[in-house]
Amino acid sequence: MFPPVPNPTTRPEPLKFGDQDLIRRSASTVTPPAQRQTEVAKLIDVSKCIGCKACQSACIEWNDTHPEMEINTGVYDNPHDLTPDMFTLMRFTEWENPETNNLEWLIRKDGCMHCEDPGCLKACPAPGAIVQFSNGIVDFIHENCIGCGYCIKGCPFNIPRISQVDHTAYKCTLCSDRIAVGQGPACAKACPTQAIVFGTKDEMKEHAAGRITDLKSRGFANAGLYDPPGVGGTHVMYVLHHADKPEIYADLPNNPKISPIVEAWKGVTKYAGLAVVGFAAAAGFMHYLVTGPNRVSEEDEEAAEKLTGEEPRP
Amino acid sequence: MSTDYDVEKGDSVHPGKPVIVDRYTAGARVNHWITAVSLVLLALSGLALFHPSLFFLTGLFGGGPLTRIIHPWIGVLLFFSFFGLFLRFWKANLWKREDGTWLARLRDVLTGHEERLPDVGKYNAGQKFVFWSMSALIIVLITTGLIIWDQYFSLFTTIEQKRWAVLIHAIAAVCAISVWIIHVYAAIWVRGTIRAMTRGSVTGGWAWRHHRKWLRELVGRAPKGKSGNTPAE
Repeated sequence: MFPPVPNPTTRPEPLKFGDQDLIRRSASTVTPPAQRQTEVAKLIDVSKCIGCKACQSACIEWNDTHPEMEINTGVYDNPHDLTPDMFTLMRFTEWENPETNNLEWLIRKDGCMHCEDPGCLKACPAPGAIVQFSNGIVDFIHENCIGCGYCIKGCPFNIPRISQVDHTAYKCTLCSDRIAVGQGPACAKACPTQAIVFGTKDEMKEHAAGRITDLKSRGFANAGLYDPPGVGGTHVMYVLHHADKPEIYADLPNNPKISPIVEAWKGVTKYAGLAVVGFAAAAGFMHYLVTGPNRVSEEDEEAAEKLTGEEPRP
Repeated sequence: MSTDYDVEKGDSVHPGKPVIVDRYTAGARVNHWITAVSLVLLALSGLALFHPSLFFLTGLFGGGPLTRIIHPWIGVLLFFSFFGLFLRFWKANLWKREDGTWLARLRDVLTGHEERLPDVGKYNAGQKFVFWSMSALIIVLITTGLIIWDQYFSLFTTIEQKRWAVLIHAIAAVCAISVWIIHVYAAIWVRGTIRAMTRGSVTGGWAWRHHRKWLRELVGRAPKGKSGNTPAE
């Protein structure tokens, strides 16, 4: 067992992190704080998940969202996908293990991975709409969000959703508001099997190592931790019994990284684009300085008059 | 019916001192200025979302969300407005033999040695370049723009397609702005040009200097001394 995050005190406490702890802010530059906070992480042990959806309920409860009542689409997933009102979703996969011929029911709690190198933040054009705290939490600041959907294009995990009500983007906050006052995320609090635990990233890796040893002793030779290096690691990690093929868990990306198209768009295009426009304007200006205006001469006018049959000028 | 290859409806010569040549009808001018205003607004709102240092431009449109809402609608307006210009001008912008020669002597164009250039019709190769590149870029921009218009069309394409669309949209927009700079600069540099789009006419000297073939054609078909006639169509 991993010791659960203790209940909070009833006395108000100062927030444990805030704007002074930003290490990244969309479409702006920030001076990173001198001291980085201890990185936090949520560990989701897929092998311990029983699919009860208590995490989803806790998430709805804490964030006060109201997901639409939907129609059963023939699978256990409910709602059918992440929505602006459902920040986390249990994705169920029925997988037949070719080695054992056993049917394995893989249940992965999907949601924001809180990447160390967040693609959403890189893509965002609105200053301060997406921020990253030094403890690793990536958060959307709704009053700065313009609803353009660029974060959706930047995200390697297909997580953000745009609300059709207020036209801003929503995703898991890692319960930043709870963590700021020393609590754990609502989903972790609600999980009855401790499949979801929360702590510092180092603690979580250590805890995961113990779980992986246990799984290996039970015959899951490829059990492992999902902390993809392509995005600099994540602050939501999975223990997978088949870590060699994450894609069997409802298409969890094998080697996620920010799309090279997005990198090109937000990298070279952004700078080269302005340079090209600037060059065009400067070239025009220089040309004017060198050659001066191209004026119609008196002779031109006379030639036209002659052509149209007017008498030559006196 | 006229067999002139690049004389457009409304073009006519009025002898006098100076000679006045009608170049653009009122309809064409209104059409042009709707397009022009749309393009400037699109460039400002688009640049605001393109580079963080230009995000302040959203202030012109009432903030970030309003910029995001308005930009695509102006794009739709521009598309239809430019389509109007396209229908008016495409024929006179078809590539002609002298355009190759004109382009080969671009150095003389830029240094103002008009006398070394071939006579050209209503549009020279530079203007034709602006016309065709804008036509192509606007098709690219409206197509990619619809793909990334999430509010109404997010369900029709995959995220990967949207990533390509947003990249191509940005590159095409940079090209369009550059072409626009060339267009505006040329109009300023070549004196006597802007009145074509404000008053609708140019002087005979301007036409003689820059579009002699077009002027000769107009004079050739308008009976001498009868000024103010509309083209014989």
